[in-house]
Formats: sequence, C-alpha cells, structure tokens
Amino acid sequence: MPTDANRQFLDFEKPIKDLIDEIEHLKKSSETKKIDHSTGIRQLEELIIEKRKEITLNLSSWQRVQLSRHPDRPYTMKYIEKMTDSFLELYGDRNVKDDKAMVGGFAQLGGETVMIIGQQKGINTKMRQMRNFGMANPEGYRKALRLMKLAEKFNKPVITLIDTPGAFPGLEAEERGQGEAIARNIYEMMRLKVPVICVVIGEGASGGAMGIGVGDRVFMMENTWYTVISPESCSSILWRSWEKKEVAAEQLRLTAEKMLGFGLIDGIIPEPVGGAHWSYDEAATILKDYLIDVLKELKQEPAEQRVSKRIEKFGKMGFWEEVN
Amino acid sequence: MAKQVEDFDANLAGEEGKESTKTGWFRRIRKGILTSTHEKKETPEGLWTKCPQCNHICTASDLRDNLFVCPNCNYHHRIGSEEYFNTLFDNSEYTELFDNIRSKDFLEFTDLKPYKKRLEETWSKTDLKDSMRVAAGKIKDHGVVIACMDFEFIGGSLGSVMGEKFSRAVDYCIEHRLPFIVISKSGGARMMESAFSLMQLAKTSGKLSQLSDAGLPYISLLTDPTFGGISASFGMLGDLNIAEPGALIGFAGPRVIKETIKKDLPEGFQRSEFLLEHGFLDFIIDRKEMKDKLATVFTMFEN
Repeated sequence: MPTDANRQFLDFEKPIKDLIDEIEHLKKSSETKKIDHSTGIRQLEELIIEKRKEITLNLSSWQRVQLSRHPDRPYTMKYIEKMTDSFLELYGDRNVKDDKAMVGGFAQLGGETVMIIGQQKGINTKMRQMRNFGMANPEGYRKALRLMKLAEKFNKPVITLIDTPGAFPGLEAEERGQGEAIARNIYEMMRLKVPVICVVIGEGASGGAMGIGVGDRVFMMENTWYTVISPESCSSILWRSWEKKEVAAEQLRLTAEKMLGFGLIDGIIPEPVGGAHWSYDEAATILKDYLIDVLKELKQEPAEQRVSKRIEKFGKMGFWEEVN
Repeated sequence: MAKQVEDFDANLAGEEGKESTKTGWFRRIRKGILTSTHEKKETPEGLWTKCPQCNHICTASDLRDNLFVCPNCNYHHRIGSEEYFNTLFDNSEYTELFDNIRSKDFLEFTDLKPYKKRLEETWSKTDLKDSMRVAAGKIKDHGVVIACMDFEFIGGSLGSVMGEKFSRAVDYCIEHRLPFIVISKSGGARMMESAFSLMQLAKTSGKLSQLSDAGLPYISLLTDPTFGGISASFGMLGDLNIAEPGALIGFAGPRVIKETIKKDLPEGFQRSEFLLEHGFLDFIIDRKEMKDKLATVFTMFEN
C-alpha cells in the first residue's frame, strides 16, 4: 500500500492532497523548529477523513469509473493476500499457455478452502504489460473454467473477483476463440454445483467480466462499475467521438447503486471512506466478512436448488412490453 | 469478399449506412401509403442487382430464386428472418411465436437520439417488432423451432426482447419436444439497454442449459455478421455450430482489433472458413443446401 508521501491523486481528490501536504509541512516544521503541532495535525487528519467522505458522497458516474481505475486501488492478488491464508496459485489452461491476466487457486478463507479466481492488473508499467492490463485471452477464461471445475470436483465454493476493462480484442484471441471461451464459461458457471460468488472489485466491462461473472450472488464494491461496454467505447460508437465518455457513463447507469436498483446485482460491498485505495486492510476485511457470511448462507441450500435458482435469477432480467 | 473493414458499430448505433447516403428526396419518412411494407417485400420484376463481391449483374427476381446467393460467385447476400423462414420451413408454412413482445425504453437512454425515438423509427421503417423473430414449423417433416435475427433492426442487436424470446422459445421446445435452431446475424449487445443487454448472455445460456438437460438438439447457424455478445453466448454454444460461407464471425469487431494491434488483418480473418480451420465450426453450409442438411442432421439425432 502506498504511504501518504507517494500516493497518487485524481483531480477531484486534490483537496485531500492539499491537506496531506499541509500535514507533511507541519511535521517537518515541528522537527526543525521544535514546535509542537500535534493538535493541528490531528485536526487535519480528521479533516482528511471528512474530505474523503464528502468527496465520495457526490460522485458523478464518470468519477466513479475513475475511482474504479485509481492507480493505487487494490487488485485481485492484493485481496487474496489480505483475505486468505495458504494461497496455492494454480497456473495454465492445460492447452495453450498460462494467461497472466487471470489468476486463481485454492486458498483458506475463514478456515475453509475456497477456489478464488480473478483478473489481475499490473501495479507498474512492466507488470501492467505482463498482466495485459487485466484483459484476458481465451486461455485465461479456459484456465478459470478449469479451476472452477476442479473446485466442483472437490466440492469447494468458487469466488471470482472481477476487474477488467474487457476481454482482449487481439488477433490470436480471435484465432483461439475468445467468444467461445467466454460463452463456455457463462454456460458452465450457470451449472456449477458448488456455491459461486462474484464480486466486481474494479472494472466490470462487458463479456470480459461476465466470463467469470455468473454466480448465486453477484456483488459490486462501492466504487466500481459494471455494464455492457466501457464508457469510452460507448462514446466512440454511439456519439462518434471519444469526448462523450462522461455522458456515456451517466447514460449507461453503470454504478453499483444503479445496478442494485435494477436488480441486476445482489448487493453493494462498502469500501473504506474515500475508496478502497485508502486502506487495503480495511477493504479486504469488509469483503472477507461479507464473503464468509454469504458462503454460510449458500451452503445451506442443496446444490440442485442453487443451480435452478441461479438460472431463474438471470432468467428474470430484462424489460419489455407486450402489445397486440 | 468485401475488402474494406466493415463498421458494425454503425449498425449497432442504429444507422443502416446506405440510408444516410441517400438524398432527402429518396429517404422514406413513413411507411408506403398504398402498399403495406409487408407486401412490398417482393422485389419488383426486372430490377437489376450487382453482386458486391464479383460485380455480376442479374435480375433481382433471379437472385431471389437463387435464395439471394450470387449465381456467379456464390456470395451470400444478407437476408432477414422472413426469407430464412420461407426458405427453410416446408411450403413456407410456419407459426410465428411470441410476436407480441417488443422493446421498451426502461432506462430512458439518450445518445445522439433517444432510444425511444430510435425504436419508433425502426418500427415504422420495418415491419419488425425487434431484432429476433421466433417461428415453429417443419423442415422436411421434422418439427422445429427457429429463432432468427433481423440485422435491419438496430444491427440485430441483443437486448431484453431477444433474450426473452429466446427463453420462451426454449420453453416451447422443451414443452413440445422440438429441436431449436438459432440463426444469428448481429453486431452484438444493444448498448441502449446497458447492463440489461449484458445479462441476456447469462439468461440465454441458462436456458440452453435446460434445453440440454431435456436432451433436445440446439443448432447455432451463424450468418454474416455475428459478433460480440452473440458469439460470447448462445452463438458458440450449439451442439452443432454451423455457418454460411464467407460470413464474418468473431468476438471483437475487425475495426477494434485493427486499432488494438495496429496492423492490417490477414485476408479471410474472422470469415467462416477461418473459424472452421481453427476448430470453432462443425461445418460450413451453402444456403441452398441448408434445408437438406438440417433435415439430415435431425434424422441422425432421431434414428
């Protein structure tokens, strides 16, 4: 986790940066001039918490998208590290290669073995390239499916953490059947006999997200988005310009709040005040507690009932009118 | 084969391309006054058409008799549900199902124009209620249900209505013990329905799971073009995945891939033949042989 000194700030987080700078200034001055600024610092720290709260209260949809992509935001591996013990990472789709944009393996969550899978983004330029910016190829989806089937065999619940700007639109991806890979995952996830929980922890873009997004419960964290297309691509297609991403984000109703209102997700998981990037520990603890509770609930149902309820749940989604 | 990279996105945005190049005089503002659009489907005799692939010229009625396949180079023109139903069903007899469902602008989505207006315009311009029609009938005496997309309805886009019709079609198949054929022709998900359209991928796949449990065949017939949400769900989930020759089929559109890899795409990329080579199709079938071949497939499944 970044320290206050090397944090990165979005435009609308600027007021917080100013306060942090002020604290740094006071700290320095108390060292050099031997003046006690502790009361002032404490007041500023409280002010920072207030500011963090205030800023996230009135975010536009686009700002929410920006938060979901915050450079300091925790990614899948960070949650796995913070929430679970003895993570046993498993690699490869047994077919083409190991896709670094999709990670997964067995882990202990609250004393119980689960299969945890998710898209992984890189934390610096080199890693971002290695992780392909969290855009999986077909082998990534097939790796995810292999792990899910493995979990099913040993009767372990599946947890997926979604964070992708989309499935990779590349030449080889098409050759190896990107569409088929995602379609197969959706189909098989619908039929998995073990409990499945999906959580959007960052970006939930389209089929790339849905490829690991079919579960008994689908949650979104507070500062994430989930919809059919990224606001940028939507702007370029429907508005014929890349400039309308803010409007597109608004029109797409892609925030957790809207999605819950539509009944397309089952709940919103709160984040630390101001966003998950302010405290990885806190973000992971909140998520972990949620997951443990929901797993307990899901395990009480017989497998067959879970599957038919899953199909039924998605079956109800949509709006239309009947005319004569 | 069309050389330029086709822009499906334009179709998804509800613009049919050619329409906008017409001058105001020729743009049809409302339905025909004397003849209903439905009856006007018949192309007037004596009108000449040029094949976009080989420039072969033939009369429109000859082309129609040839099932809209170029007699010279076998180019398969894009056709709609009406033409597929007439070609595939015995004596062109079929019962349309669930035709009373149509889209609703639940989100009040507005891009360059409101979704509601876009729908109204498409309704008045075509005789379609949405981008998919479902019909029950017989193919060489085998009872079947066919769901077929219409590209002219907002690029054949997948929205709530298509998802719901698909679901009801599966229920109908299970109730009447019938095989299910889906003819895809779509640019992908309908953005104006936002996440609701994305959820149709899961909805339709769930229904296919039930169809499979009922032991009924599902045949996915992919035609030009089939992209995005369709290929990432039921389009690729057939017991048999088959395609018309030369159809463009893929997940990401060619334009997007080209922009991503910053290279020209190889000749034949994402065509049916390319998919067959890479193992994603069971076979490619000419439109003229389609009916016979489907009947053979059903006979195989039954006996």
